[in-house]
Amino acid sequence: MEQTMNQATTPNQLGASWKGIAFRWETFLLAVFAFVFVMFAMASPYFLSVWNLSDATFNFTERALIALPMAMLIICREIDLSVASTMALASVAMGMIAELGAGVPAVVVTGLFVGLLCGLFNGFIVTTFGIPSIVVTIGTMSLFRGITNGLMGNEVLNSYPAGFSYFGQGYVHWVFSFQFVLFLGAALLFYVLLHHTNFGRRTYAIGANPVAAEYSGIRVNRHKMILFAAVGLMAGLASVLLTSRLGSTRPAIAFGWELSIVTMVVLGGVNILGGSGSIVGVVIAAFLMGIVTFGLGLLNVPGVVMTIIIGAMLITVISLPIIAQRLKAMRSKRL
Amino acid sequence: MKFAMRIVEQRELLLATVILFMLVVIASINPGFVHPENLASVFNDTSILIILALGQMLVILTRCIDLSVAANVALTGMVVALINSVFPGVPIPLLLVLSLILGAGLGAINGAFVWLLSVPAIVVTLGTMSIYRGVIFLLSGGEWVNAHQMSPEFLALPRQVFLGLPVLSWIALVVIVAVYLLSRFRPFGRELYASGGNPHAAFYTGINVGLTQFKAFVISGALAGLCGYLWVSRYAVAYVEVANGFELQVVAACVIGGISIMGGVGSVGGVILGALFLGIINNSLSVVGVSQFWQLAISGSVILIAVIANSRSERRADRIILRKAIAADALQPNPGTAASR
Repeated sequence: MEQTMNQATTPNQLGASWKGIAFRWETFLLAVFAFVFVMFAMASPYFLSVWNLSDATFNFTERALIALPMAMLIICREIDLSVASTMALASVAMGMIAELGAGVPAVVVTGLFVGLLCGLFNGFIVTTFGIPSIVVTIGTMSLFRGITNGLMGNEVLNSYPAGFSYFGQGYVHWVFSFQFVLFLGAALLFYVLLHHTNFGRRTYAIGANPVAAEYSGIRVNRHKMILFAAVGLMAGLASVLLTSRLGSTRPAIAFGWELSIVTMVVLGGVNILGGSGSIVGVVIAAFLMGIVTFGLGLLNVPGVVMTIIIGAMLITVISLPIIAQRLKAMRSKRL
Repeated sequence: MKFAMRIVEQRELLLATVILFMLVVIASINPGFVHPENLASVFNDTSILIILALGQMLVILTRCIDLSVAANVALTGMVVALINSVFPGVPIPLLLVLSLILGAGLGAINGAFVWLLSVPAIVVTLGTMSIYRGVIFLLSGGEWVNAHQMSPEFLALPRQVFLGLPVLSWIALVVIVAVYLLSRFRPFGRELYASGGNPHAAFYTGINVGLTQFKAFVISGALAGLCGYLWVSRYAVAYVEVANGFELQVVAACVIGGISIMGGVGSVGGVILGALFLGIINNSLSVVGVSQFWQLAISGSVILIAVIANSRSERRADRIILRKAIAADALQPNPGTAASR
């Protein structure tokens, strides 16, 4: 009897109160997305076409696939700046094995395997020597890209087997590309992993306080190792998709992607200092970045100018809540 | 034995030894490389990296990072080049001052976000990095500014030889001395170390940590601006992708030189050696007969090895303190009785 009374009077923090939803980061992002969507629909007559919008997804799915595990890694207070170089290395490995006449499965497995190896290598160095991952992965970023350059020189690898183009160019059903469906599946998987499993809780625990996490029995190093491996594997997967879409491998493939992937994660509300963030936010941020680059492209805005807008978006979106907080604090002080 | 131990513990000496060893190996393959004239030209080649790395060092000391330096170099370089191509009459010293001010302004934008809004530096500079690059495109319309559009004086300055060294090298030397004096003998220099070493303690000793970080960004920006002019003038061309990706080389030079990315640890000597290390590798590959395509892979492995070596020496220092503490405990097994006595 008493218990039910208590339950009724205790405000349910976990439930969705109206205010709680309205002030969440994801809601804010969704509002920005809706606003941008409407603006583009008004600005360009070509925007609201199903096929055009389907094409737009190719702009971000490969990056977003890496952004999912990257979000977990950043929540865990680590980062991997070598993902784009990992993609390049995986792409070269695929190109070389394809040159030897390997079939589609062998090529795909090679790409995934090389990505996984790169991730494990990062994780091994970070956890064994206890070095900040930003430093380690700046090193491996040069190393992996450097091996790519060394192996390829000025060549282009493009003798991929016939069926290989499906991964980057095929459609599962109607306008839904293979990439897009794969991304939705991966997003669901990582959503469950981060928000509904012990593994996910441990990720937050390590990010909030690594020492406390260690003392409460979490194997911190093993956990980080798994996350680095996951990032590497997803980079390998993204490399399969990108290589298949382009149909060729050049040394500069995916150059500079690491920064747009980190931008995507941070824009999605993941704290760069670790401890908080959600997969839903990252997914919305991925859509937002994709739609902005695509819409501006339709309006004939050159690529470099888009980088201004993405950069400004990153800084504004991060600063706005801080400014709002400051104003609120000032007002309450004055009262 | 004790002396040998001290060398291993002193990171700068260790790094210098490694560089000397490297030079000996290179010299055994191609003696021409260690000719003083060639070494001077390697230093000249590395000058811009040294200047940028010293600016980056000040920022990293305060637990921040500036990823926008390369974009700053490119933007300032483009502005100076455009002014020179449209108004060739503007005197070069004025352009130099302008590049310093413009660079400092770009650095101040980074610093203001970090100081006033406490946005993490990596996020701010990630953003400004792409913004500054984009602005170059807006200013130039994607066009290149080529050598024939620049005035002869504009191109000549860094190349002019003064007392046997090009002006570019002299500028690097002046910056080295200035940053050394600043970091060792000025209160501001000590504030940099304090802010990064322990921000809370620094705050309680009356240091404005945010303001210190802001100033570090301004100096780093000003040096990047200076390098903007030097880069464009030296390579005689300005375009959107100038120095693309160079920010990571700059950070790498700091990391190899023993600057802790967690702030508060590092020295000017280390940074110079770190930059020279990369410079020598870049310049010697063709001499030794290694394909230029492997250069990046080699600098990557060097960064990793240097970082691992640094982390091991740090850990050893920890252990020694621990061992002392354990030893002290062993001498006094029960502190309770000792106190009662």
